Amino acid sequence: MSRPRISIRNLSKRFGDHVVLQDLNLDIMPGESMVVIGQSGIGKSVLIKCILGLLKPDAGEIFVDGEDWLKFSEDEQLVHMHRIGMLFQGSALFDSLPVWKNVAFALLQRGADEREARARAGEVLAWVGMPGVEEKMPVELSGGMMKRVGFARAICHKPDIIFFDEPTTGIDPIMADVINRLIRRLHREFKTTLLSITHDLTSAAKIGDTIAMLYQGRIHRQITPEQLHSDQDPVLRQFVEGHAEGPIQLQEGGEMSSKEDAQI
Amino acid sequence: MNLLQRIGYYTERMLLRTGQYAAMFGKVVRRMASPPWYPRLILQQAEEVGVQSLPVVLLTALFTGMVLALQSYIVFHRFAAESMIGAVVSLSMVRELGPVLVALMVAGRVGSSFAAELGTMRVSEQIDALWTLSTDPLRYLVMPRLIAATLMLPLLVIVADFLGVMGGYAISVGMLDQNPAVYIEKSTQFMELDDMYSGIIKAVFFGLLISVIGCTEGFHCRGGAEGVGRATTSAVVIACMSILVSDYFLTAWMFG
Ligand SMILES: Nc1ncnc2c1ncn2[C@@H]1O[C@H](COP(=O)(O)OP(=O)(O)O)[C@@H](O)[C@H]1O
Ligand SMILES: [Mg+2]
Repeated sequence: MSRPRISIRNLSKRFGDHVVLQDLNLDIMPGESMVVIGQSGIGKSVLIKCILGLLKPDAGEIFVDGEDWLKFSEDEQLVHMHRIGMLFQGSALFDSLPVWKNVAFALLQRGADEREARARAGEVLAWVGMPGVEEKMPVELSGGMMKRVGFARAICHKPDIIFFDEPTTGIDPIMADVINRLIRRLHREFKTTLLSITHDLTSAAKIGDTIAMLYQGRIHRQITPEQLHSDQDPVLRQFVEGHAEGPIQLQEGGEMSSKEDAQI
Repeated sequence: MNLLQRIGYYTERMLLRTGQYAAMFGKVVRRMASPPWYPRLILQQAEEVGVQSLPVVLLTALFTGMVLALQSYIVFHRFAAESMIGAVVSLSMVRELGPVLVALMVAGRVGSSFAAELGTMRVSEQIDALWTLSTDPLRYLVMPRLIAATLMLPLLVIVADFLGVMGGYAISVGMLDQNPAVYIEKSTQFMELDDMYSGIIKAVFFGLLISVIGCTEGFHCRGGAEGVGRATTSAVVIACMSILVSDYFLTAWMFG
């Protein structure tokens, strides 16, 4: 058995007294496409942000190819981001830059030649099915186009681990399927290790080798896409079938409140 | 909340904020020691802060010089000291009104846009995206704004001082029939190098204040569009109050 590409050990993260992750364990093997599912606000994005170093966990360890990522200094973390790609939920394109500079951003920051970076951006944009938009500004694009430009930006520097935060949320079903296919194809062609988070079960079943359910701060259960509709775990059943009643209690007031910062 | 709780609450919040500003300043200064410095972004911001603020600053300074001349004429006329108008205008502009008024205008124009830009980037996850593309957001976003504001504010103040004196000249010579040579002579005669320095030092400090506050408010912004609005308001109000309060202490310190 080979070593996991990403290994998360006893990860805990809380905001004030709101516990989001609690002793979470998860292994992702090289070339595996892992999908974490769970309700909105359960902590899926927090999980990814902890791995990326965007949030500091309160406890636990994160290993990538056996290296302890939480021990790195900020500068070392930035260097390690070379092997990481990330597609944000809202695409997070830089509005002040044209599409091609968005896509080639990581290359340009590393001092790549402008002409080469541009050519590479064109290549990747064609790969995601958006040739010829290099000169457009992000505001000129539709939501689905932004997602694909964000996708192109996430893979342009050839990372070997890619994260997808709700890749199909907020776009129409047909565009969602385009994105799902792109993720599958990426996985097939380049053997990239993928971690996606979503509450869209159709998408999860299409893009995942393994589906893990996040519940009460932990990975509650791991299954294959085929087991999604047959597994008998009550928590998973409730989520898959979409009942308001069941073991999953709706959290009230768990959402973040910024009201206390309201006045100056 | 009763009074004591209220006092405690606001004190805590004020100290927490001050701590955030200090931390931001420290982090950026530490980064200045090593490349990349993004000179193109610094230039871009310098144009944004300096060149784009010129019209507002020029107009403010001109009318301030004009009203100063008018007011001092009204008072000095009573004891036949009209010849001192030039001295009053130039000293008040250089020591006090130039730096403070420019800083207040720039806080409104630039501090607010720093907070709004960075706040929007924060809530739309663009700041996180920078990080995942191997780019340090503090270096890429905050450092150029800090450097540009700190360098451009003194330049704006020098231009404003000059224009204020010119405005005073226009009123006292053109409208109040004072001797032009006397105005020019008096406006330079009492000016000392220390007056200049104190104005410039204030300008540098205010530039730093405006950019650190604007950037920090934007950088730590939360809660969607509403949060961005809040960050922008806070940036302007806190910067303006800090300018006026610190102006007193800077004056007292340099006087002593
Ligand atoms: N920076 C933050 N500060 C405070 N609370 C946060 C922060 N980020 C996320 N949270 C809280 O953590 C919980 C999980 O958020 P998130 O991971 O974004 O959920 P999702 O599973 O929908 O991606 C939410 O209740 C959210 O309010
Ligand atoms: Mg999320």
